[in-house]
Amino acid sequence: MLGADAMVKCLQEEGVKTVFGYPGVAICPFFESITATNIKRVLVRTEQNAAHAASGYARVSGSVGVCVATSGPGATNLITGIATAYADSIPLVCITGQVDSSLLGSDVFQEADITGAAESFVKYSYLIKDVNDIPRIFKEAFYIASTGRKGPVLIDVPMDIQNDTISRFKYPQEVNLRTYKPTVRGHAVQIKKVFKELSRAKRPIICAGGGVILSGAKEQLKEFAHLYGIPVVSTMMGIGVLPSNDPYYFGMVGNNGKSYANRAMNESDLLLMIGARVADRAISQPDLITENKVLIHIDVDPCEIGKNVGPHIPLVGDIAAIFEDFKQHDINVDYRSWVNTLNDYKDSYQINRNIDADYPDPAKIVKTLSEEMDFNAVYVADVGQNQMWSCNYHIVKNGNFLTSGGMGTMGYSIPAAMGARVGCGRQVVAVCGDGSFQMSMMELATIRQHEIPVKIVIFNNGYLGLVREYQDKLYKSNYSMVDLKGNPNYEKLAAAYDIPYMRISKPERIRENIRKFLKDDQTAILECIIDPYCFAK
Amino acid sequence: MKRLYSVLVENRSGVLMKVAGLFSRRCFNIDSLAVGETDDPKVSCITIVSSGDATTLEQIEKQLNKKIDVIKIKTFKESESISRELLLIKVKYNKNNRKELMDICDILHAEIVDISKTMMTIQLCSTPDKIELLMQMMASIPIVEVARTGTLALQKCHLE
Repeated sequence: MLGADAMVKCLQEEGVKTVFGYPGVAICPFFESITATNIKRVLVRTEQNAAHAASGYARVSGSVGVCVATSGPGATNLITGIATAYADSIPLVCITGQVDSSLLGSDVFQEADITGAAESFVKYSYLIKDVNDIPRIFKEAFYIASTGRKGPVLIDVPMDIQNDTISRFKYPQEVNLRTYKPTVRGHAVQIKKVFKELSRAKRPIICAGGGVILSGAKEQLKEFAHLYGIPVVSTMMGIGVLPSNDPYYFGMVGNNGKSYANRAMNESDLLLMIGARVADRAISQPDLITENKVLIHIDVDPCEIGKNVGPHIPLVGDIAAIFEDFKQHDINVDYRSWVNTLNDYKDSYQINRNIDADYPDPAKIVKTLSEEMDFNAVYVADVGQNQMWSCNYHIVKNGNFLTSGGMGTMGYSIPAAMGARVGCGRQVVAVCGDGSFQMSMMELATIRQHEIPVKIVIFNNGYLGLVREYQDKLYKSNYSMVDLKGNPNYEKLAAAYDIPYMRISKPERIRENIRKFLKDDQTAILECIIDPYCFAK
Repeated sequence: MKRLYSVLVENRSGVLMKVAGLFSRRCFNIDSLAVGETDDPKVSCITIVSSGDATTLEQIEKQLNKKIDVIKIKTFKESESISRELLLIKVKYNKNNRKELMDICDILHAEIVDISKTMMTIQLCSTPDKIELLMQMMASIPIVEVARTGTLALQKCHLE
């Protein structure tokens, strides 16, 4: 058995059903071996999108996403995708081909030190130097990627290793890493303290982050919040922990979030940060969240606790396991008046949007879109104004909300939507701006080739809107490098790919158009002409 | 605040880069760094001296622990450790300062390990303080070259 066969066998052992990738000489042995299996291969149009697609796949399927690229530029092109996954703790295994191990370090054609280059964006990386290590390394890679705080793991495999003969293939049953033992169960004493504080609190609030979703603890969080009647706000990565209409859900916090969500957090006397890392966009002044309130920080990664803010009660462990342990406790609490107050804040919230009557309102489009989408559909927001509108107006029913939260990588939505569709088979809608669309529009070909139905909404305002908005406010409208003159004609572009196209350019008949756009399970592009003066806030 | 980290790591290629990379990526200071094998050839010991506020020093320990190649970390204050550095210093001498140089060496228990007609190399293996002291004493003497290891440290026996 060749090393390449062993690599493929490892993927089968891990139950991998799809890989996203792009070939090159140094990864040819692997792509040759994989043809003998029924693992689906999706050929993307640039490697970065293979990582994004694997990320979308991982986020909806709950399994590890796999992407494969060749050595040198193929590998370096992956880096942005890897970094994006790392920032959002998405489990990926990224496989790269490498030049022959005897040539390593000699700068031969398409050689790049990818393990070195990607070091600060991976949870761990391997450069395989002995073909017999393949089974162990693959086992470890999948284990590391999918346990503890999840993240991308890179495996770099020189060509001669792929072509070498492995003496005996035995896939390990378990991993034996003395240096890697992530904490799963929360400390019992700390859990007891949580309940002590809860019974003392008058105005508790949960701030849920992406960690809750990654740990598969959405249902448990809902149960817990409902049982004690604790209101919940979320970070951007936490959108989707509760349906938008849940009586205990009070929106997204942060400088781009809902004012009543921030107010709720500020006025609370007990804050439970769960699976959130107190990042700058969610909590702009970390020291304020420990003022006049007790902070409980629950996270699987001990590094996150105390990194941006020192909590009163740190609790390290897997969130699902911790919620399970929470069930051992029982307290009598009544926070109804606090929830009523928050509902008053929410009800008195007024949207002050300045909308030009000639243009459709993107907020209305997002809202209508999410109302018309399937109950369990996946909504993928890109980065920019479209992301802000999406965060604020998308209504989560029972589906997923995906976006590049930590890294803010433009061009994420289309490849991630592609991966998500392959990963779950449900309706998937990608919402992007004209800037972010053009960063990934080459994937329209992938979508066509592999018949992946993705609904793509382009908010076209002819500008890099969020940067322009920033320049409008901070640089006295001295716009620089934000005019997207030269944008393609999207109707013609869609026609070139043989993709159905629709346009919304007027405020009327939005719902009707969106219904038409969503009616079948086929790829379609909906271009929405947006007023360049329509801002995110 | 100064702190010593004695970090046991898997002796694999690239580990030093991963540890050093962590310090640069997170803007942690490295005051000194020394690496060597331990009694187990599969394990290396990286001794790092770092400085920063209490939060930073705690983060350093946590972030190091997160690295998958890191087996174990011991962290202690300088006062809780037996720490040594090795200094080699090559200086120019003449008949006017030769006696002074020898006196300094005598007082600080430094050794002259190499000599020519115009230059000598002095060796001192001692605590970082003493090394600093010797460097200060040499201020008036023309220095040709200096080589210094990082600090090596073990926790004091009674604290184990």
